[in-house]
Amino acid sequence: MSNPGITTITAKPAPEQTQSCWSCGTMRAVHFCEACGKVQPPAPVDYFTFFALPRKLNLDVAALDKDFYELSRKLHPDLNAQAGSQEQQWSLQQSSLLNDAHRILKDPIKRTEYLLKLEGVELEEQSKTATEQARSTGEIKKQIVPPELLAEVFDLNMQLEELRTQKKMGEDDPALIEEIGNQKHDLEEKQEALLRELESRWKIWDGMIQREHNGQPVSEEERRQERDKMVDVLNRRNYIRNLVRDVTEVLES
Amino acid sequence: MTTDRIVGIDLGTTNSLVAFMQGESPVVIPGDDGSNLVPSVVALDENNQPVIGNAARKHLTETPERAVYSIKRLMGRGIDDVQQELKFFPFRLAEDLQPGEVIRIKLGEKTFTPPEISALILRQLKRNAERFFGAPVTKAVITVPAYFNDAQRQATKDAGRIAGLEVLRLVNEPTAASLAYGLDKKQNGIVAVYDLGGGTFDISILKLHDGIFEVISTNGDTHLGGDDIDNLLITIALDDTLGDLGLDLRRNAEAVQAIRNAVIEAKIALSSQTSVKLDVKLPGGKRYLREITREQFEQLIQPVIDRTVGPCKQALKDAGLKPEQIDEVVLVGGSTRIPKVRALVKELFHRKPHTDLNPDEVVALGAAVQANILGGGSEATENMLLLDVTPLSLGIEVAGGVTDKIILRNSTIPASATQFYTTQIDGQANVAIHVLQGERELAKDCRSLARFDLKGIPAMAAGMARIEVKFLIDANGILHVSAREQRSGKEAEIQVQPSYGLTDEQVESMILDSFDSAEEDFRQRQVIEARNEADTILAALEKGKKSPAWGHLTTDEKKKIAKMEKALTAVKTEDDYQAIRKAIDALNQGTTRLAELMMDTAVSTALKGKTMDEADMGEGPTAPHPMAKAEFE
Repeated sequence: MSNPGITTITAKPAPEQTQSCWSCGTMRAVHFCEACGKVQPPAPVDYFTFFALPRKLNLDVAALDKDFYELSRKLHPDLNAQAGSQEQQWSLQQSSLLNDAHRILKDPIKRTEYLLKLEGVELEEQSKTATEQARSTGEIKKQIVPPELLAEVFDLNMQLEELRTQKKMGEDDPALIEEIGNQKHDLEEKQEALLRELESRWKIWDGMIQREHNGQPVSEEERRQERDKMVDVLNRRNYIRNLVRDVTEVLES
Repeated sequence: MTTDRIVGIDLGTTNSLVAFMQGESPVVIPGDDGSNLVPSVVALDENNQPVIGNAARKHLTETPERAVYSIKRLMGRGIDDVQQELKFFPFRLAEDLQPGEVIRIKLGEKTFTPPEISALILRQLKRNAERFFGAPVTKAVITVPAYFNDAQRQATKDAGRIAGLEVLRLVNEPTAASLAYGLDKKQNGIVAVYDLGGGTFDISILKLHDGIFEVISTNGDTHLGGDDIDNLLITIALDDTLGDLGLDLRRNAEAVQAIRNAVIEAKIALSSQTSVKLDVKLPGGKRYLREITREQFEQLIQPVIDRTVGPCKQALKDAGLKPEQIDEVVLVGGSTRIPKVRALVKELFHRKPHTDLNPDEVVALGAAVQANILGGGSEATENMLLLDVTPLSLGIEVAGGVTDKIILRNSTIPASATQFYTTQIDGQANVAIHVLQGERELAKDCRSLARFDLKGIPAMAAGMARIEVKFLIDANGILHVSAREQRSGKEAEIQVQPSYGLTDEQVESMILDSFDSAEEDFRQRQVIEARNEADTILAALEKGKKSPAWGHLTTDEKKKIAKMEKALTAVKTEDDYQAIRKAIDALNQGTTRLAELMMDTAVSTALKGKTMDEADMGEGPTAPHPMAKAEFE
């Protein structure tokens, strides 16, 4: 990318991916032809490349949105409903790729997870699925409680169990509900703090990518370390997110 | 140009409408009875011919076993889903239904699937549009409740195909309403559309900016609407008659229908009156009388309308918005005329809802706008683009009967997700995939969409195959699946077993008019209409010949007219409507001066250039027009 330091977004084709338009043959074209407006066949690209973005994490979401709307006006199937069937098919594929890319990149967590996946990291997501699987098989879900949360989580789980039992009996203890509500609030604040922590890791990552771009080699070790740090933040955040979800579930049941 | 005209159709639970873009604004096309609304009622007459709309309504009370309403409730539903509906609706299921088969409803001795019944309604709308345009209509945009799942959408698309319509797009009803609203207002902002119709409830929150209508979140209940209110009142009446008179009318379809008509009337009246009196004739000469005050009515319906609260709150939460951030709330659907519903909306969104739009028509009008966009747009719709979302998460069943969500609800569509599968044993050739729709964690609590079998996987050691399966939700909200084995590059064959719904072959065999017979029907109607018009102009000419004006024509003019008259009389008996029209036009041209002379001078100047049949105001043309047919007793 030609703009060091800040992330710029452009819907314009990146030179290395351009070729001639299938229809008019003239202009360089990535998603649609700038000369005749025809939708081009989709290329199997990652989401960053789709938006002609470097693989950096600090991203101007307003600019991304702007590009998203501009591209939607070209690629959406509604606006290509009069085109030939092949072009309609491309419009459907391009448009879904556009929506998928936008959906993932605009969200800070999904964006980070996606980049890590591109970097070859298999995320150990402590997902709801795992919880459910554990529940259905009767096993205790194996997950690593972040050490700084151990005591807190232990207390919270006890209280949640108590509330569940109360609810089953048709009772409600306002004091207990308030206490759990407070803890939920604390957890949400922790979740926010972890997002800030993640953002600070982005800066380091993006700086590393920029260095690499400027011709300074980045060691595989450094790359791995940076990845691992982000994975760690994500895992801790996911853990808290799941906890918040469980608490909400019990409170609203 | 005319053959490519795309209409917008609101296929409603209670009423259906067809609209199109006339110049820069959408208009509803009336039926031949002059009404904009075609009641979604289908009946078979004594000759087993289908009757649709207002004409079918009398069958509901006279021959209820040959009529059906609210069929939309059964679209895309399996027999297990509809048990609740059967308690309240007089749907008569075919006796020989097999498990897993698409439901069939009995009308008289015949049976029909819900898409076939919907197709009859669609065909009526298609005909109304054709009569209006004087040209065939083959393409349509059809609206569906935003919260319709894949099976319900597919069933609607099938209905279109059976009716001989190419369904260019399924549009969500609240989104369509927002298009009509936005076309009118041309304002940026956040709009909530609260759509409580006859049988379905939707809430959609949209961001309108520079012509883009972006749905942020949607929620709803596909079995909640005015029908539920009617059923409450019907149940009370049935209880009353059973309790007070010892008269069990639950199995008496005619009596139930008579009560239903009365309670609907009462419900509607209660939106403007504070009290109504029910008065229904019952079998055995008794009458059912009851006064209902608005207060009682509001108490009664509270639990029904309260069911809209949860979806509204969830939609706001999903959109990440507080009620105060909504700039406008648009009301759609006949049930939003109920003052209590409006009060509830006001309370939910902290503002008075926008009620300028006709809640019965706005969805059809929006569908017409979308039809115009799909047709290439016009000045009015330039820059307009709809970005809609999928209302339900798409998932696949994984180990332990758990749903793994791969496309979350409220994702902008088209949207896709790719999953990788492998084999468990050496040489395994098939992999089964179970696709689900819904928000629940366990597969059994979600809607089963389809079971796929990936077949023809090349023989490999266990775990070696890497099968890429792509799930794509198109702009209609309908799922498509494709698969490829990555190591061999071989396209895996997918056998789709839709959990609910018709196969392609079934739909094919149901198509009401194959394209040819649709053309033939259309041609025949055109011939009849052209002949009627010829008769009109010929009769007008006879009258003209007797008028003093005839004497003012030159011999040459009279000769010419006589020649054209002969030509029209001759061609009239033939089956070529275009030739008849040509002859009519010629005679019209040739009699312009006669028409002028027939008028008094002042009028004649005003009508200069008008032709014979226009000038003869007594007997108008029978050419296609949007007016109701006159009736004479």
